[in-house]
Amino acid sequence: MSPSADLRSGAEALAGGLPPLLAEAQQLASTVLLGEHGRRRAGVGSEFWQYRPAHGGDEARLIDWRRSARSDTQFVREREWQAAQSVMIWADGGQSMRFASEKGLPQKADRAALLAMASAVLLIRGGERVGLTRLGTPPRSGELQLLRIAESLSGAGEAAEYAAPSLRGLPAHARALFLSDFLGDPEALSQALTKAADRGVKGTLLMVLDPQEEAFPFDGRTVFESMGHTMRYETQKARDLKDRYLERLAERKDLLARLAARTGWQFSVHHTDSPAQGALLWLHGAIGGRV
Amino acid sequence: MWMLGPIGFTAPWLLLGLIVLPVLWLLLRAVPPAPVRRLFPGVVLLFGLKDEEHEADKTPWWLLLLRMLAVAAVIVGFAGPVLNPDRTQEGQGPLLILADGTWADAADWQRRIERIGVALDEAARAGRPAAVVSLTDLPEGPLPFQAAEAWTQRLPGLTPHPWAPSPEALAAWIKGWEPGSFDSLWLSDGLAHPGREDLLAALEARGTVRVFESPRPVAVLLPPLFKDGAIALTARRSRTAGAAEVTVSAQGPGPNGVEAELSRVTFGFEDGKSEASIDLSLPPELRNRITRFEIVGLRSAGAVSLTDDTLKRREVALIAGSEDREGLELLSPTHYLEQALAPTADLIHGTLGDVILANPDAIILADVATLAEGEAGPLLDWVERGGLLIRFAGPRLAASSVSRETEDPLMPVRLRVGGRSVGGAMSWGEPKALAPFPENSPFAGLPVPEDVTVTSQVMAQPDPQLSSRVIAELADGTPLVTRKEVGLGQVVLFHVTANAEWSTLPLSGLFVQMLERLAVSSRPQRPSSEELAGTTWVPEEVIDAFGRIKDAGTLPGIPGEELAVAEAGPATPPGLYAGEDRRLALNVAGAGIELTPTAWPARIVVEGLAVARTLPLKGWLLALALALLALDAVASLALGGRLRGARGLTTALMLGLLLPGLAGPARAQDAAADAFAIEATSRVVLAHVITGDKKLDDLAQAGLLGLSETLFARTSVEPGLPIGVDLETDELSFFPFLYWPISPDQKTPSSEAYAKLNRYLRAGGMILFDTRDGDVAGFGSSTPEGRKLKVLAAPLDIPPLEPIPADHVLTRTFYLLQDFPGRFQSRDVWVEAAPPDAEQVEGMPFRNLNDGVTPVVIGGNDWASAWAVDSRGAPLVPIGRGFAGERQREMAKRFGVNLIMHVLTGNYKSDQVHVPALLERLGQ
Repeated sequence: MSPSADLRSGAEALAGGLPPLLAEAQQLASTVLLGEHGRRRAGVGSEFWQYRPAHGGDEARLIDWRRSARSDTQFVREREWQAAQSVMIWADGGQSMRFASEKGLPQKADRAALLAMASAVLLIRGGERVGLTRLGTPPRSGELQLLRIAESLSGAGEAAEYAAPSLRGLPAHARALFLSDFLGDPEALSQALTKAADRGVKGTLLMVLDPQEEAFPFDGRTVFESMGHTMRYETQKARDLKDRYLERLAERKDLLARLAARTGWQFSVHHTDSPAQGALLWLHGAIGGRV
Repeated sequence: MWMLGPIGFTAPWLLLGLIVLPVLWLLLRAVPPAPVRRLFPGVVLLFGLKDEEHEADKTPWWLLLLRMLAVAAVIVGFAGPVLNPDRTQEGQGPLLILADGTWADAADWQRRIERIGVALDEAARAGRPAAVVSLTDLPEGPLPFQAAEAWTQRLPGLTPHPWAPSPEALAAWIKGWEPGSFDSLWLSDGLAHPGREDLLAALEARGTVRVFESPRPVAVLLPPLFKDGAIALTARRSRTAGAAEVTVSAQGPGPNGVEAELSRVTFGFEDGKSEASIDLSLPPELRNRITRFEIVGLRSAGAVSLTDDTLKRREVALIAGSEDREGLELLSPTHYLEQALAPTADLIHGTLGDVILANPDAIILADVATLAEGEAGPLLDWVERGGLLIRFAGPRLAASSVSRETEDPLMPVRLRVGGRSVGGAMSWGEPKALAPFPENSPFAGLPVPEDVTVTSQVMAQPDPQLSSRVIAELADGTPLVTRKEVGLGQVVLFHVTANAEWSTLPLSGLFVQMLERLAVSSRPQRPSSEELAGTTWVPEEVIDAFGRIKDAGTLPGIPGEELAVAEAGPATPPGLYAGEDRRLALNVAGAGIELTPTAWPARIVVEGLAVARTLPLKGWLLALALALLALDAVASLALGGRLRGARGLTTALMLGLLLPGLAGPARAQDAAADAFAIEATSRVVLAHVITGDKKLDDLAQAGLLGLSETLFARTSVEPGLPIGVDLETDELSFFPFLYWPISPDQKTPSSEAYAKLNRYLRAGGMILFDTRDGDVAGFGSSTPEGRKLKVLAAPLDIPPLEPIPADHVLTRTFYLLQDFPGRFQSRDVWVEAAPPDAEQVEGMPFRNLNDGVTPVVIGGNDWASAWAVDSRGAPLVPIGRGFAGERQREMAKRFGVNLIMHVLTGNYKSDQVHVPALLERLGQ
């Protein structure tokens, strides 16, 4: 098969898999109205930001002579800070995310992928560079990157029951977005967050949970199995466990919140039975640093 | 045995096992139901959590109850529960078990035997000697006390007898008892037989008496009476409480000689009445065949009533010599006969020729001298077949020349000319009285009245055989009645007239009795001992106590006077007794039988049969336990959610059980057979045998289609579409004609198919065998087809064959033909041979075989090919060359037309051929 044909078939497969997620994500993203530009500070960029009177210490070459010529003082032309922010997204692909308690509900992984994609769409539109830890490449901007992200998100997840967050390809001082149920080992997450904080990375944790995981509506003799069937737990009276389970869940949330606070990250919980829009709005704000 | 209400337990200590039930309850509670499997990502949060209450009570209470019940049923079952167990008869010393042993016992005899067995077992356990005595079969000597086990072994041999205990024998037996005390158990049949009080008193003098008695009333069927043209059936019962229904069945040989139920009638006892009766009206033919009546469903000799001659109404034909003397009733030759016979026999009037056809039991010729030429022969035949011919003398017989020189076959003796007259005005001597009847006479024992006198008679010729033929004579020794055996029947001659002209015999009661003895008439009532005096009766059939009819074997004969008064007893067992020509039934229940129920004194303990039926419950309880466990299994599966697959399986099983019950396919088959029959019979349809060779079958079909079209065009035969028949499955009788092409490799039909084919040939069907080898077969050469034909036709019922003669009717049924070509032009066509004595009339033989139609035509000319046409009517197979070939095809078609005409018209065409000869025979 010729490479072009390969490409063609790959493209077909991509087109087959992508549009739903991408389209859905773009539809979701369009509900968030972006402003003119997100930065609103002077910086290195190509766009004009403002003229300001030259201070002492400004280099002479910085002075905008055309503007200065129309008045008596010298002005410096400032450009808006346009250095694009890098955002790395980690969407948990573990087996535990492939869970939906009811037919009408999306799987946690699907919701996480949707939110990740929608965030990516928003960020790319905003001119930021977005990457996916799964891709292993540094964050990039542009529509093509969106397609890559969509392809990766639509692909198969990981085999592990509970995936640990990955910091692969995360540049220093970048932003990070972790979407997961965070039911796995909290130690791995703690390490990852510490390491990220060391690199000056700030970010957002979004815990995506199924409503059943919040409610624990079980009764009677039950064998609980993990999604990959590798772990099981048998109980005679599931109802008795409810309170203690909910306690543990609250502990976990608390732990995550404390971790986030300590490292300067944002933390929130999203349930798959609530609309994705709210989560996206929160994410948008959180990444933009306005929360 | 430990008793709990009406239930006793043989192993009551096992019931202690019930104590463990509460423990079991706890244990069973601990068994959790099957867990539910759930996928749950949050499982990781659950690790390390412990169930607070481990014994989760998830087994539903009803499931527990089910299991407990099953266990309880097992425990109770093994504890040996018995409903209404037999209480031990307390007591010491010997035990005498008395059974009435009568026919009234027979209905529930098995139950009584069981009861005796139980009593014997108890006696054996207690080590008491016992004796079992049947009151109808009293033992000789002292009471036969033995070890109870010995009696248990002899118990099956104890049978009831079809009579009641004799009071005299009982009294004698009681006298013979040895001194000593014993207890008694008396199994009463519920009837108060005479002598019972004495026996009870004697028993009570020796020890305690217990009585075992069935509460079931005893019912008997009284001998049926013939009254006013109907049979009066009467049933009697011992207890009068409550209404009850009785069904009485009349048994007798059916038309085929096999014992069958001839009639059945149901009637009811009213409340408080001990007797019920009904009139049963049956046609004489049916009534005369009845041999016994029995109450349906009652196995007792009392429920069976044998019928004897009392029900049989003989058919007697009366023929008088002359009926011309109108108005002189008392002088009519048959007046006294009619008077004597009308109440007890069915009289037939008519000409002799007519009455012989009616095959009566007896024919009486009153003063008939000569018989017409055509009458004597049949009458003699009838007598030889067992008829009874009774002739009376009279003026005509005396004046005729019948049996003068030689003995007439229809007369017992030769007669002398003229006869004689004594005691009249013109003669000397007194009118003659009758002599007492000789010993070997059928009239032996009948009292001879003094006033019977004879004034005229015909005289027998003295003859060596005369003395053996006389069965009644006058005081002077001249024969009055003579008799001769002819074949199976007999001829009896009364030497006097049947009216009072020649003697006063017809006026006396003796006349009727004599007719009875001759079995001309039968009596409705039981004869008295005087009437039966001098006769001997041999039992033919006897009834046992259960009402079964048995061959009597070699029981000795009984004098008639004893039999007349006898009741059923050891010497006169109930049954059917045969006299010379008559039969007399001695039934258990005579007309005067009284069924008095027993009335036991209050001090006697009376057990009933029905109230204390011992019923071991072990089996039922264990079965219940099994059923509960099965339920439990299903319920457990259902609870564990594992019944889904099982449900499908159950459904499949049930469907599998149901499907064979559906009659759908069978009905469809019937419908198909009907459709086939309708198609085959709505028009004339030619048929060919399906050989299994597709090409050959198609050709045969096309050939018959061509022949059908030819017939349609040229003749009045308008056949439908030909049909191929499968010899194995299809009915052949719808088709007048079968075309059977032979191929060497076709299958030989089964024997059923051959049976069908033979039936077909015998019923007038025709098969055209075509070996299709006319080109190669010839004299002396055999082809595979020819050999196959021999194999195929060997089991067929085919008559001798001959090459078709030039004058065969087949040559001229429609066309005049001499050749029978098909695709080939062989002359070898075989048909049924004419019989060797076939008559040549004007060169044409008369053949009268099978309606003139030969059942088979065998040839090898491959006619189907010559006849075959396609759907447009064009010939399928080329025949010959050019015009000659077309001519050959035309001839083949003409042969086909002739053949079908021959089949369909039968001997009509044959007769047409012979019309000139027939006309000549008729003399025109």
